[in-house]
Amino acid sequence: MQPFTTLTATAVPLRAENVDTDQIIPARYLTAVTRAGMGEGLFALWRYRPDGSLNPDFVLNDPRFAGAQILVAGRNFGSGSSREHAVWALTEYGFRAVISPGFADIFYNNALKNGLLPITLPEATVSALWDLLEAEPASLIHVDLAAQTVTLPTGEQAAFAIDPYRKHCLLHGLDDLGYLLSKEPEIAAYEARQPLALVHA
Amino acid sequence: MTNNGRPRTLFEKVWDAHVVAQDEGAPAVLYIDTHLIHEVTSPQAFAMLRERGLRVRRPDRTFATMDHAVPTRQVDISLWPADAANQVRTLRENCRDFGITLFDIDGPVQGIVHVVGPELGITQPGTTIVCGDSHTSTHGAFGALAFGIGTSEVGHVLATQCLLQTKPKTFAITVEGELGKGVTAKDIILAIIARNGADGGRGYVFEYRGSTIRGLSMANRMTICNMSIEGGARAGMIAPDETTFAYLKGRPYAPQGADWDRAVAYWRTLATDEGATFDRELFIDATQLQPMVTYGTNPGQGVPITGRIPTVDELEDPAQRRSLVSALEYMGLRQGQPVEGLPVDIVFIGSCTNSRIEDLRQAAQIVRGRRVADGVWAIVVPGSKAVKAQAEAEGLDRIFQEAGFEWRGAGCSMCLAMNEDKAGPGKYVASTSNRNFQGRQGPGARSLLMSPLMAAAAAVHGRVVDVREML
Repeated sequence: MQPFTTLTATAVPLRAENVDTDQIIPARYLTAVTRAGMGEGLFALWRYRPDGSLNPDFVLNDPRFAGAQILVAGRNFGSGSSREHAVWALTEYGFRAVISPGFADIFYNNALKNGLLPITLPEATVSALWDLLEAEPASLIHVDLAAQTVTLPTGEQAAFAIDPYRKHCLLHGLDDLGYLLSKEPEIAAYEARQPLALVHA
Repeated sequence: MTNNGRPRTLFEKVWDAHVVAQDEGAPAVLYIDTHLIHEVTSPQAFAMLRERGLRVRRPDRTFATMDHAVPTRQVDISLWPADAANQVRTLRENCRDFGITLFDIDGPVQGIVHVVGPELGITQPGTTIVCGDSHTSTHGAFGALAFGIGTSEVGHVLATQCLLQTKPKTFAITVEGELGKGVTAKDIILAIIARNGADGGRGYVFEYRGSTIRGLSMANRMTICNMSIEGGARAGMIAPDETTFAYLKGRPYAPQGADWDRAVAYWRTLATDEGATFDRELFIDATQLQPMVTYGTNPGQGVPITGRIPTVDELEDPAQRRSLVSALEYMGLRQGQPVEGLPVDIVFIGSCTNSRIEDLRQAAQIVRGRRVADGVWAIVVPGSKAVKAQAEAEGLDRIFQEAGFEWRGAGCSMCLAMNEDKAGPGKYVASTSNRNFQGRQGPGARSLLMSPLMAAAAAVHGRVVDVREML
């Protein structure tokens, strides 16, 4: 996993609540057996017109936001399906962080496992950020994971919370698997003492 | 795992019994008893195992079926779209190479993973169950702790039979009183989500309790737990009781003989203790519930059949106002419009929420001797081959077909439109599934979520009606 330490980047204002994972990547893009290629399906229903051409009214297609690495969205981002493809689509497109007043649990976990930093900020901060980005699309946002702060284009700093273990993994690019594999003796011991009622016939 | 005599909730008991290790400053290492996999979210996890040279740690606790992408009209894989066929072939190869039991579409057992697991008795009280699918919450109906995971986590469970998990908080949803005629489990859960919001359960595990819940069949309990995720909770649980045990007894993977007695004795200890506390609580008066219909693009946007779509002025929260405006624009509906009478072009009866035999019996009861309205395309997709066979043995297939419904093979179908069963742009779908997201049932499709009774009534009338007038 790519480590996440600091990021200074422009951001896209996505003024929508409850952006579910079917919006992030529709099911018809899930037919691959690899991770690659998901970026093409990102926000497909909003990004493309029915004839396949780019929809100029969708914010991601606004050339002023080209190259943005931070997405700023409304509450309950990533709700719905557990598809990790949603995270793969966001990262392949080039996003490194998503700011929202609240993330759905499964999406939040999936993001952390792929080096995509989910940043929870208050509703009022997100709303102000939308106004600011729409007025000044070139505004830079600075994220410092170690300090758990976001420096807004106004110079204001906003703090965000993150589980210390998850933070450590992101900072060092570690995934859970190595840690879990190191627990093999404990796992075997657990299995040996597990109540029979929890074992399949 | 000692509890020092402190009263605990059902969730806490199951959680405590599965903590393998808990390092300071790290999430718990949680043991997973049962891992269900399907063709869409597993291939990248198996690829990771191959890359790292890892084995599946417990193939005996891993069960696979194919449901998301499979066609429901055509069993011959050589005639399938190439991508769906490729996913199914990849799953077969992975299951063969890693020694995993696969309930293949070519075999006698297959269907939606959340229908097949329970009907085989793989789903058992007190166990931890995961699957790369958010509707894994369904299995909580048995008093299991069951939740959806991403593909990275599918890989972790394949390799170690464990997951790193932060302990969620507990949320009691108590439903009391007798349901009115024509009001079903689907209406209970849609009402809960309308009340508590699509993200109201974030960070929590729901426990559904109270006299109404205790009176429900296992199929109905599964309908409720299934949609916990639509209420923002990863998992929802119901304490196992005599209804649970009667359902499980004799199923192929259920314990037998002395093991059965031991298991039931253990399962009886799982219910939330007297005096245990929850982090949050919600009370629902079942006697006040009506059949529910969603009008928007998130599952919290639902109202009773006698109600109407809210107006922007009635909502205080700017985010909710924004959601309403964008939802109505997508849905082609008006503020303040009554939901009774909304147009219906397509009816879909199926999905892991409502495709069990009880659901089909309910829908058939409405359809019997009636006709699907002119211009309406209506399909029934049973949840599994077993459900389909049972329905055919009862003659339900004939009732549906004589009325003008299509009768299909088992799978997820138009719930997520991964296969050929797609609603067209702008079409209104009266659907028994769980998600009314934009484009979920096909690009541009407009979903109206409701119970099987209500969907059957909508098929007959070609618009949303109050099914209670037909009972």
